Amino acid sequence: MSALLRVEDLQVSFATRAGNVKALHGVNLEIAAGETLGIVGESGSGKSVTALAALRLLDRAGRIDGGRILWRGEDIAHASRRRLHALRGAEIAMIFQNPRAALNPIRSVGAQIIDALRAHRSLSHAAAAAEALEALRQVRIREPERRMRAYPHELSGGMCQRVMIAMAMACKPALLIADEPTTGLDVTTQKAVMDLLGELTRDHAMALILITHDLALAAQHCRRVTVMEQGRVVETAAPATLFTAPAHPYTQRLVAASPTATSTLPHRDSRSAGPQLLQVSHLTKRFADGTLGVDNVSFTIAQGESLGLVGESGSGKTTISRLVCRLMDADSGEIRLGAANIGAVPACDFYRAPQRRDVQIVFQDAGESLNPRFTAFDAIADPLLRLGADRSRIKQTVAEGAIRAGLSPDLLGRYPHQLSGGQKARIGIARALASQPKLLVLDEPTAALDVSVQAVILELLDRLRAEQGLAYLFVSHDLNVVRMLCARLIVLQHGRIVEQGDAQSVFRSPQSPYTAELVACIPRFAL
Amino acid sequence: MSASGQTAHALYVLRANRISSAAAVLAVLLVLTAVFGPMLTQYDPLASDVAHALQPPDANHWAGTDQLGRDVLARVIAAGRLDYAIAAAAVFLSFVIGAVIGGACGFRGGAVDRWVGRIVDVLMAFPLFVLAMALVAALGNRVENIVTATAIINLPFYIRFARAEVAVRRQAGWVEAASASGNGPMRIVLGFLLPNVLPAMSVQISLNLGWAILNAAGLSFIGLGVHPPTPEWGIMVAEGARFITVGHWWLVAAPGLALMLSVLCFNLLGDGLRDMLDPRMRT
Repeated sequence: MSALLRVEDLQVSFATRAGNVKALHGVNLEIAAGETLGIVGESGSGKSVTALAALRLLDRAGRIDGGRILWRGEDIAHASRRRLHALRGAEIAMIFQNPRAALNPIRSVGAQIIDALRAHRSLSHAAAAAEALEALRQVRIREPERRMRAYPHELSGGMCQRVMIAMAMACKPALLIADEPTTGLDVTTQKAVMDLLGELTRDHAMALILITHDLALAAQHCRRVTVMEQGRVVETAAPATLFTAPAHPYTQRLVAASPTATSTLPHRDSRSAGPQLLQVSHLTKRFADGTLGVDNVSFTIAQGESLGLVGESGSGKTTISRLVCRLMDADSGEIRLGAANIGAVPACDFYRAPQRRDVQIVFQDAGESLNPRFTAFDAIADPLLRLGADRSRIKQTVAEGAIRAGLSPDLLGRYPHQLSGGQKARIGIARALASQPKLLVLDEPTAALDVSVQAVILELLDRLRAEQGLAYLFVSHDLNVVRMLCARLIVLQHGRIVEQGDAQSVFRSPQSPYTAELVACIPRFAL
Repeated sequence: MSASGQTAHALYVLRANRISSAAAVLAVLLVLTAVFGPMLTQYDPLASDVAHALQPPDANHWAGTDQLGRDVLARVIAAGRLDYAIAAAAVFLSFVIGAVIGGACGFRGGAVDRWVGRIVDVLMAFPLFVLAMALVAALGNRVENIVTATAIINLPFYIRFARAEVAVRRQAGWVEAASASGNGPMRIVLGFLLPNVLPAMSVQISLNLGWAILNAAGLSFIGLGVHPPTPEWGIMVAEGARFITVGHWWLVAAPGLALMLSVLCFNLLGDGLRDMLDPRMRT
């Protein structure tokens, strides 16, 4: 079998202020015509750099130090610009993580596909337009005639990715490189996009390199999977081998950390049916544009219980988390914490309500939720100072809180940009726990983290709940993660509760068709 | 950012950008000259000496003497003190007031924001120098009024700038987190949002300083600033202009050069600061 693309001992470094930093230490890859290869790794593993280097798309700071990139036997590591231009798009195409950012916002998607076509083939405008329309039809965009004239902002994320795919496929390339094509998309959209990619590559006998952080996704869609860590390929194997008998210790850790339908946490089932803590009834919130964000939602949480709130983007799960946290006002409905109706206090005045300390929140993006001008110490001390704590003991209290959240007290003097994603997540948790709340709202606290870090944070949250008798409202789009942490869950769609009940039974035998679809869309690798 | 990290970054940017470092050195020199001015020259800027009137620059009078025999260099240095003080006071005033008003508007939004926005629009609709002239003319030719007028014409820029910078950060996660931690709106604006906006505003401040100096000198040049015989660059240029046709160029050269250098230097410094604060430079 002759290789279509073969990367031999590829070394890439980036010029930074601290000198040259090596990003790739001799990467070897090979893909045959019509094959599907997955490249899996956590952030910083060099998986995207490998793809960009192969297409010679590194930014100015990046440099290829050594190795060969063979395209059908021709070394393109030092090929001319003109040669590369002929290659890119026509023979090798690439789609990116954030499709909306990769499209030109001021031109219609049809015009952009026509540009891509005419850049490589001498076509009349009318012929190109006809082909562009056909390309949109192929990626199954509804009403393609109308969408030709649409601008990227008028399309959803999933539709933009389909347009990107249509554009990449337009010149019938021999190899398609997809860099995290579904990250940031809902699971149902992810499944549709991946199915489409799989089908198109099969129909056109096109090779596909799928770059992703999601092991299960790669395993499901690729015949071979390459695992990368810190600029090196640690293992390449068929998915079945990778899952059942991972050879490299890193692969073993990665497989163990990836949440699956059977992974569990030690304390999850210690469900104490304590007295009722939170009662939400008939909660409704209409946005300024008239759409109903939350539609008559009611639920309760007992002390020490953790309730999962699952839904796709636009389901109202984040809105509910903000409403319960009293950061946003509802249009109607009641939010009772113990005996107090905290929903009656306007959100803008809630900072001085006595219940402020009882309800705290951990945000989705740990980095974005930390004041860039505050050290870790300041961030954890802030709620203590505002919500009344013994000021003379503040140093000690903050250090204790940091240790409880698994953050070394040595790091307390650092600013957010000097800390890793996992450390920032721990600060967010320590800050939320500082005022000793009764209810903790967790808004996708692990969505921005690598799987190995996610596993550690989930364990930490699980342990803290058991130790402190906390109640959790856990908001997430990831059913696997919710099932790990929560005994009971609620499924939301368009602001309405479509299903609720025991997590295991919802998983095993979903009652509503929507839940069934969600469960079916989770990438999983069946042995 | 830690103090040492900040210093390292500043040094890196200065090294990478020679023009900014030259401007920074020049700015320090100019400010030091203004502060220690009287100690640097033996001449009194106000003492006239008609016997030595209108002498070209020589070893005794480095920048020559004027029509009353006063040492031009001593006057330029003394004028620098006044012009820098006016500019600094005016910029400080407009910065503090503008940051607070703009910050409040950006955070609150709504009716207050709309009203303040329209008032700012009205202020900006005037040719600014003409507005400053009108204000000084109405309030009277005094240093305080020049400061007030300069501050008022600069205020709209600070309000708009602070408003925009705060408004984009209002929805940030750490602002929500601050609210969940029990911080009231006042504390969020003053303790969280404005410190984060400050670096970006320092660029505006530096660019504005040069402009304010020019504005103060401009007002004096057309007779709406401080009165003679107080040394001031605008007045000196205006007075010296009468002698330029008869060949006494040094009367305008020294104050003109001082004015040009100051404005150029603060503008370059602003550009340098912008580079220093640009997150894309931080890799």
